[in-house]
Amino acid sequence: MFIAIAIVLGVASLIGGYIAIHHEKLSVAIIASGLVSLFASVIFLLLAAPDVAMTEASIGSGLTTLIFFYVLNKIRQRND
Amino acid sequence: MIKKFLIIALLAVVGLIFFDLFNAYQGNESLGKTGQYYAENGAAEVGAANLVTAVVVTYRGLDTLGEVTILFLTAAIISFVLKFRREDFIPNRPVRITSELLDSASQVIVPIIFMVGIYIFINGHLTPGGGFQGGAVIASGVLLMIMANPNFGISHKVIATVESISGIAFVLIGVLGIVLGSGFLSNELLGLGNLGELFSAGVIPVIYTFVGLKVGAELSNILGTISHAQNEKN
Repeated sequence: MFIAIAIVLGVASLIGGYIAIHHEKLSVAIIASGLVSLFASVIFLLLAAPDVAMTEASIGSGLTTLIFFYVLNKIRQRND
Repeated sequence: MIKKFLIIALLAVVGLIFFDLFNAYQGNESLGKTGQYYAENGAAEVGAANLVTAVVVTYRGLDTLGEVTILFLTAAIISFVLKFRREDFIPNRPVRITSELLDSASQVIVPIIFMVGIYIFINGHLTPGGGFQGGAVIASGVLLMIMANPNFGISHKVIATVESISGIAFVLIGVLGIVLGSGFLSNELLGLGNLGELFSAGVIPVIYTFVGLKVGAELSNILGTISHAQNEKN
């Protein structure tokens, strides 16, 4: 059961990573990279590392994603 | 053609190196020497129910001080890089109207997020979590406030005061350990108490409270700076 969940999460993060690199729309790519962090934090939780999972969930998928969006907004303003 | 061949050759070499690593890997059946020492003596020596905290704050306390310093440097460099002249500031930049959902949610949820963050770092020695995680949670509360009201400014005075006081207190506690205890960041300043109680584990809760406040202030400062930089004229 544990291995099945781990494999599903691993495959999901791989797909998320592929989308983050190759998607045309940058906003979709940013959300995909945030999703990868979210899956990673669940994997950390399954591997009995709740401390790391907390950090990954709040910084990796929360703050970093939003900072990327701020930067994207700034770049768009410049290009207009 | 040659370029592709080179890429494939490089990948093959990297694969070979990693295959060797993978092939030679054997999982540990038991803990290593250091890990075993921590697992056996951690509870008795430090009094923290969460062993990770015992390692992070007491056994490897100096590394934590370094991490906090690095985070401080990061925040300072981001403020420095994103600085712009006062003339380029747009006071009330046009923003999209915040949705009703985000607006009401921020008012209801932000205090709860702050409370959870404070809970995480005060209970760092009992349950998973600690200063860094609690600080990050507090910063995500600040983030929600900024998202709900994009022109919301964070008071630099408050941030600077909180950060300086907690940084100085962290180092002072460490130095007090040299004077009164057994060494830098010694855990013996306060009694160890009973394992699993809130007021136990010596100075760990005190240090983690300061670390949490410092990390929360630094991350909020980074968010505030980046949000402020959106108001720069192009």
